[in-house]
Amino acid sequence: MQNKVYHRIEQIAGNVIVVKADDVMNGELAQVDSNHGVSLAQVIRLSGEEVYLQVFAGGRGVGTDSKVRFLGRTMQIPFSENLLGRVFTGSGEPRDKGPKITENMIEIGGPSVNPAKRIIPRNMVRTGIPMIDVFNTLVESQKLPIFSVAGEPYNELLAQIALQAEVDVIILGGMGLKHDDYLFFRDKLDESGALSRTVMFVHTASDPTVECLLVPDVSLAVAEKYALEDKRVLVLLTDMTNFADSMKEVAITMEQIPSNRGYPGDLYSQLAARYEKAVDFEGSGSITVLAVTTMPGDDVTHPVPDNTGYITEGQFYLKNGRIEPFGSLSRLKQQVNDRTREDHRTIMDTMIQLYASYKETLEKQSMGFRMSDWDRKLLKYGEQFEAQMMDITVNTPLEEALDNGWKILGDCFEPAETGIASKYTDKFWPSNA
Amino acid sequence: MSENIGKITGVNGNLLKVEFEKPVIQNEVAYARVGSSDLKLKAEVIRVRGNSAELQVFEDTVGLKVGDSVEFTGSLLSVELGPGLLTQVFDGLQNPLPALAEQCGFFLQRGTYLDPLPRSTKWAYTPVAKVGDTVIAGDTLGTVPEGMFEHRIMTPFNLRGKWTVDSVKEAGEYTVDEIIATLKDDKGNTRECKIMQVWPVKMPIKCYAERLRPTESMASKMRTIDTFFPVAKGGTFCVPGPFGAGKTVLQQIMSRHAEVDIVIIAACGERAGEVVETLREFPELTDPRTGKSLMERTLIICNTSSMPVAAREASVYTGVTLAEYYRQMGLDVLLLADSTSRWAQALREMSGRLEEIPGEEAFPAYLESVIASFYERGGAVRLNDGTIGTVTIGGTVSPAGGNFEEPVTQATLKVVGAFHGLSRARSDARRYPAIDPLDSWSKYPSVVDAEKVAKARRVLRDGAEVGQMMKVVGEEGTSIDDFILYLKSEYIDATYLQQNAFNETDAANSVERQEYVFSKLLNLLETKMKFKDKGAARSFFQQLTQTCRDWNNSEFQSDEFNKIEEQMTKVLVEVSDYAE
Repeated sequence: MQNKVYHRIEQIAGNVIVVKADDVMNGELAQVDSNHGVSLAQVIRLSGEEVYLQVFAGGRGVGTDSKVRFLGRTMQIPFSENLLGRVFTGSGEPRDKGPKITENMIEIGGPSVNPAKRIIPRNMVRTGIPMIDVFNTLVESQKLPIFSVAGEPYNELLAQIALQAEVDVIILGGMGLKHDDYLFFRDKLDESGALSRTVMFVHTASDPTVECLLVPDVSLAVAEKYALEDKRVLVLLTDMTNFADSMKEVAITMEQIPSNRGYPGDLYSQLAARYEKAVDFEGSGSITVLAVTTMPGDDVTHPVPDNTGYITEGQFYLKNGRIEPFGSLSRLKQQVNDRTREDHRTIMDTMIQLYASYKETLEKQSMGFRMSDWDRKLLKYGEQFEAQMMDITVNTPLEEALDNGWKILGDCFEPAETGIASKYTDKFWPSNA
Repeated sequence: MSENIGKITGVNGNLLKVEFEKPVIQNEVAYARVGSSDLKLKAEVIRVRGNSAELQVFEDTVGLKVGDSVEFTGSLLSVELGPGLLTQVFDGLQNPLPALAEQCGFFLQRGTYLDPLPRSTKWAYTPVAKVGDTVIAGDTLGTVPEGMFEHRIMTPFNLRGKWTVDSVKEAGEYTVDEIIATLKDDKGNTRECKIMQVWPVKMPIKCYAERLRPTESMASKMRTIDTFFPVAKGGTFCVPGPFGAGKTVLQQIMSRHAEVDIVIIAACGERAGEVVETLREFPELTDPRTGKSLMERTLIICNTSSMPVAAREASVYTGVTLAEYYRQMGLDVLLLADSTSRWAQALREMSGRLEEIPGEEAFPAYLESVIASFYERGGAVRLNDGTIGTVTIGGTVSPAGGNFEEPVTQATLKVVGAFHGLSRARSDARRYPAIDPLDSWSKYPSVVDAEKVAKARRVLRDGAEVGQMMKVVGEEGTSIDDFILYLKSEYIDATYLQQNAFNETDAANSVERQEYVFSKLLNLLETKMKFKDKGAARSFFQQLTQTCRDWNNSEFQSDEFNKIEEQMTKVLVEVSDYAE
């Protein structure tokens, strides 16, 4: 009964083909054999005798007489220590020159975690970037996107966080990556020696669309296994907008009714199913998800960033090469920033408030109003803040960043002008100021 | 009763096409068996055409084949009602999540369904009805204590006409599925009553004498809400807002402080992390009204965003049915649904698979009527025994892009009695709660005098207009009177509308305190003031704001409270203009 081969393909539209077959499971994998190559395909719909298959390598080159062989299992991915340091495609084929791994196959897209088994996140992830550590602390098991316009250095930021973050395993899921960006990640990780604790699943812009859809599931399935082995896992996904666009493409091919700007109605659920894999297992490891969401036209109300914002626990807003203090938010920072250093929250609030005042002064200045003494202080402060705190290439531990914050304040203001309670200024205000 | 078995003819996402032979019922529950295994997936009939039924499956459908069997159960999607519901955490189909975690570990295993009410727990039952009493549906047969409540055990809600109590069990310890009374009618039919009963979620429980107009306010202890945009017991309200505006935080605060007997939180398609906070923190918090743990009055329905979509649709109905059940005991129940947009999206997904003709933004055409009938299940009722019970429903809405001109927000606004619109501008400026004081409205009576509220609102509106104008003409071009008006409106905002949720005293204000503080505020608004220039006016209000914040942070009528009040009155006299 198994491995029966079907020769007649009834319909080919986009990446979806239809064959008549019986005894086929929903979600089952098949192998499609055409003159132009062999590809895996997955059953996405059953209707009477008709079986709809999504061909991973795309419909191009599939003939009406191509062979379809059902494999009797769903999509699986190998999981072992040997994955570390390797690069794979979205369907789990090696992308580097290494051997194919077939041991210990695991299912992808598994069930969600029981909310009763979750715990309140409690550990900070130190990244060495002041705009993150001080102002919008990243927390273990958080899911956080980087909202950015195309052209911003979001991949550089992602790579930098990956290198500086204190985690056990890094999993990179690349969707629609430019080939250059893929090489950039590989080289960057290699240079710093982090490649040996990294697994990469990469779909480049020139690869078939369907493989793009598999990348987050595959990355997160592997991450979940590592986390259950008591590892702290950081999953980097870039770029989720490409993932959403692939979903749009497939939905339109399947003649689904689009909801908003052509995206399928289940965009929210699909994104949530992936992001919600971020978890801190009680008594075991954790998964932290950092994703890039490019915003077409810097429009935060575009369906992809909009739906993402409703799912994730905050966002980093990357603009002009810097993480913007306004618009960026870590919803979980309160869970950890009371236990780092006593002045952490004070520095966080005060410096942002003063920076907001600086922005107002800038506006006044550009409108030609006269600058008061206070305005001049703010201008001095703003420049220092941008250069020393907002620069994303800065790499200092949190404590040093806080000390540096006091130094900037001391350089520009009198203690009373900052509005900081005297118990902190007495203790932390730089003496040589 | 013979088994009604169908065969799968098609699978599309979580939609099954099933061929059947014996009669099926719309919204009937069925179980789809995966191959020949023991794994059975719960599903619900949502459309019937000829001898083919379409079913939505509450689980992932991977593994199902054409030809797999489907068992129809003959009963509608229902919940179990009885003691033991409070403090529980259920999923959208009333599966107890902690028990599930014990059995399956970290992950939600599909096809595992547990009893919502534990069958082994014994309850101390005291009968109320006596043999020979005439009863109708929803009458009390007896009581059991559940936490701090006297949980009424009632006759089945689907009882028709008058029945006579035929036998009763004496007081004692019983489990939920033990028979505690039998009834008979004049035709000689008999009916056995257990402690628990089941009820279909999509049908309202209607065992009451009459529906009342909701007029009594439900104190939420938030000044903006109680004074300006109040909610009545038995009323409905909605909280739309863009992401990050604080919808969920607002609901969390409400679930802590609202003056009701029972709070049901339906977390519908939102983040799991937020439910976890409630789950882990509530048992530690004490309810100031009763001195007991907050969890004792709380029930959580949790169908987070990564859990199956079809169950998300069921979860709001599960929540409201449980709310109606406790209302039948004469209690005040608050149902908080977060977020109704996710529920509407679940409807949209299903509608798309059914290939129905889409309405606006691909939402189904029946969206409005579905939303309306859901909110209509809220209300204040006089029960047959004269006591009054209420269900108050509050739903958050997550409009795409924060734009309220979208189908779900608009459909909701038509049917609710209060609208708490959250604005991005306010939350960006860290003005919490971010309820927009100019756009929001309420049809319910405020805890303070309506005329006084109108006065304060006028100052807010006029002040905002001056503020807008100042952006164009600058401070120089604004008259000092207008400028003072602007400062007064900012003062209301800073000291009355904004409330610090992290300060223990400021987080929750009793109605008394609100009345007292508001009258003082109004007094200030009506005072004519005189300053030598705008700078003096600004610094006066800056200082007064600071003082008033300290006042807000001090215990009501404590020494400190009185001292600060005196100080405020004094400075106010100094700037008053008695020229007229």
